[in-house]
Amino acid sequence: MWERIRVILRKEFIQAFREPRMRWLLFAPPMIQLIVFGFAVNLDVDHARIAWMDMDRTPESRDLRERFEGTGLFDVVALARSEQDVHQLLDRGRVQAVVRVLPGFARDLARGRSTEVQMLVDGTNSNTASLISGYAGEIAAGFASDRMALQQNGRVLARSPGAAANASVPQVVARSRVWFNPDLHSRNYFVPGVVANIIMMVTLMLTTLAIVREKEIGTMEQLMVTPMRPIELMLGKTLPFAAVGLLDATLITSAALLVFRVPLHGSFLLLLFCSLLFLMTSLGAGLLLSTISHTQQQAMMSSFFFSTPAFMLSGFAFPIRNMPLPVQYLSYLNPLRYFIEIVRGIFLKGVGVSVLWPQMAILAVYGAAVLTLSALRFHKKLD
Amino acid sequence: MSYRRLRAIFVKELHHIVRDARSLGLALAMPVLMLMLYGYALSLDVDRIPTLVYDQDQTEASRDLVRQFQGSRFFDIRGFVDNYGAIERGVDRNRILMGLVIPRNYSKHVGAGRTAPVQILLDGSDSNTASIAKGYAESVVRDYSLELRTDMLNRRGGEHSAVPVDARLRVWYNSSLESKNYVVPGLMAVILMIIAAQLTSLTIAREWEMGTMEQLLSTPLRPAEMVLGKMLAYFAVGLTDAAIVVLVGVFVFQVPFRGSVPLLALSTCVFLFGTLFWGIFISTAAKTQLQAYQMGLLSTFLPGLILSGFVWAIESMPKVIQAITYIVPARYFVTIVKGIFLKGAGIRVLWGELAFLALYAAIMFILATRKLSQKLV
Repeated sequence: MWERIRVILRKEFIQAFREPRMRWLLFAPPMIQLIVFGFAVNLDVDHARIAWMDMDRTPESRDLRERFEGTGLFDVVALARSEQDVHQLLDRGRVQAVVRVLPGFARDLARGRSTEVQMLVDGTNSNTASLISGYAGEIAAGFASDRMALQQNGRVLARSPGAAANASVPQVVARSRVWFNPDLHSRNYFVPGVVANIIMMVTLMLTTLAIVREKEIGTMEQLMVTPMRPIELMLGKTLPFAAVGLLDATLITSAALLVFRVPLHGSFLLLLFCSLLFLMTSLGAGLLLSTISHTQQQAMMSSFFFSTPAFMLSGFAFPIRNMPLPVQYLSYLNPLRYFIEIVRGIFLKGVGVSVLWPQMAILAVYGAAVLTLSALRFHKKLD
Repeated sequence: MSYRRLRAIFVKELHHIVRDARSLGLALAMPVLMLMLYGYALSLDVDRIPTLVYDQDQTEASRDLVRQFQGSRFFDIRGFVDNYGAIERGVDRNRILMGLVIPRNYSKHVGAGRTAPVQILLDGSDSNTASIAKGYAESVVRDYSLELRTDMLNRRGGEHSAVPVDARLRVWYNSSLESKNYVVPGLMAVILMIIAAQLTSLTIAREWEMGTMEQLLSTPLRPAEMVLGKMLAYFAVGLTDAAIVVLVGVFVFQVPFRGSVPLLALSTCVFLFGTLFWGIFISTAAKTQLQAYQMGLLSTFLPGLILSGFVWAIESMPKVIQAITYIVPARYFVTIVKGIFLKGAGIRVLWGELAFLALYAAIMFILATRKLSQKLV
């Protein structure tokens, strides 16, 4: 039996690596995904482009503008003079927000009356918009707080000149500390997820296609007249891609550490072991899809239909806790979800088996079930 | 170019599409699946952040601060603990995202009119959620602090004064700041890109692999006719998909549609021409369906999803990658679709993008035809 498995393994490896373009395709997609998700995907906002509309033109309003520019979060790229300018700038997407200081800003400030600063935000991208408005609110509040301290101190001093010491007022400040990813880099969040995503994409698609191609071209019949047993054929078809998947995982992990400087706080061996657990599921799913597809096109589309929901509901790019509750429950069915939790836990939090065992157990059960099911189906199809 | 031959290849390709009912069904079901997934599951809006409170002070003042967090819809206080370890364990097991720690002498500091720090601990592994949560938490504390100060000053000064500057926020175009409103229009570009990658890129590669290319070669068919005929067949599928996205988007997801329908239809056609020609180009260049599929997925789906500004803002990318996005046609299409849907922008604003898409389509047609003629000789 091992002899026959060895033969088919050799055949698969030769087939996969014979063509230079094929060799390239086995390893380029992971690298490209890594680069794109490592460099391009970025939800952080800095240097937001804003337009400034100053209808007051006083030292106070200029002071406010300096505060906006001084943070480095905003770049004033245009000056709006009229309502029409504002429309134009926002319509063409030249700025992401317009700050409008109304006439009488300085006068109201001096009288201790409440005055307002208007902020028009382009909400087309709601994520960017809420970050920008948060930052702007912070700057305005900082400005308000300083003005108030100044005024009140002045007032108290005027009334009783000796009481300057009494003028101190309480202040509560938040000291934030961010764990695991102190600089809040998007890439620390995405790159570990790429490891999981690539393992699924590569193994699922390659397994399905390797089998369906034999069916479509008709070489499956030739394999079936050999003394090869279905279980041997199956092992021979899946093991090479398991190897490719593990190799890709190692490759991406090294690139993540060396190129992207994503910290790996946990154990690499545990990561590989969990990858193996997950591979059982994704290879099993690949086998299953291959039994229900007749042409390569069908196989590709079916694998797309399998991997897109898995990708979307895994928490890879979009946090699960933001989804509606029914969708959140649905995501518990998704094996990739558990694998992503494991990968992030190992990379960023450095947690071990004692924390991750529930996810690992689910993956093991899942993998065993899918693999058995698909093996049975595969067996039946061949007979 | 002969109209008859063009029609013949168009009809042949339509037969291929219609006969493979599974693939056609999948191609038409895909936009619905993608819409459901992206429309319902893609949300970057953060609220109800699960939080644990570690109140070391246990006074009226500290409880007042906690009440501010309880009153905010952005926070969900999951409980009170009495050590740091509990917060750490909660974060490790993904049960909470934030810990609020009020130090022992908090009320003493506040009473004495000094600065009283409170600590906010965040799980930073999801950087976006963490930075939004950080913003909310800091603004709750800041507002509370301002309120406390005005209170104290009014009591001391005996006269009324208000918080001096109030930032008034107005959001245009997507005033409820809902993710779905920007996701659904952008999704159109992604779906059309996938159609190009999955259907078109296989069409010529399949003929090579199956050996039917030789039969086509023996006919008087010219390369340009073959490219156009094959493209038109898939054009029909793509246009149907686009219509499905728009209808489902507007009627099921209630995404506002403010612009003009003819302009949207025109831009969709131009964009489809370009991507379908690109799909055919890949198909001609690749030797097998597997290669064609991989190349198609890499060159259309990935850039369409990531470099188009569909979800991730192009402004926040590094300069080099920003430069690359200028050659991604999806980028222009996403701008057009979002402009039409959300801003109601017209041709006067969008003509530049449209012109680029037309240019792209022309170049891709020439490339595909030339590649095919090379292969045929």
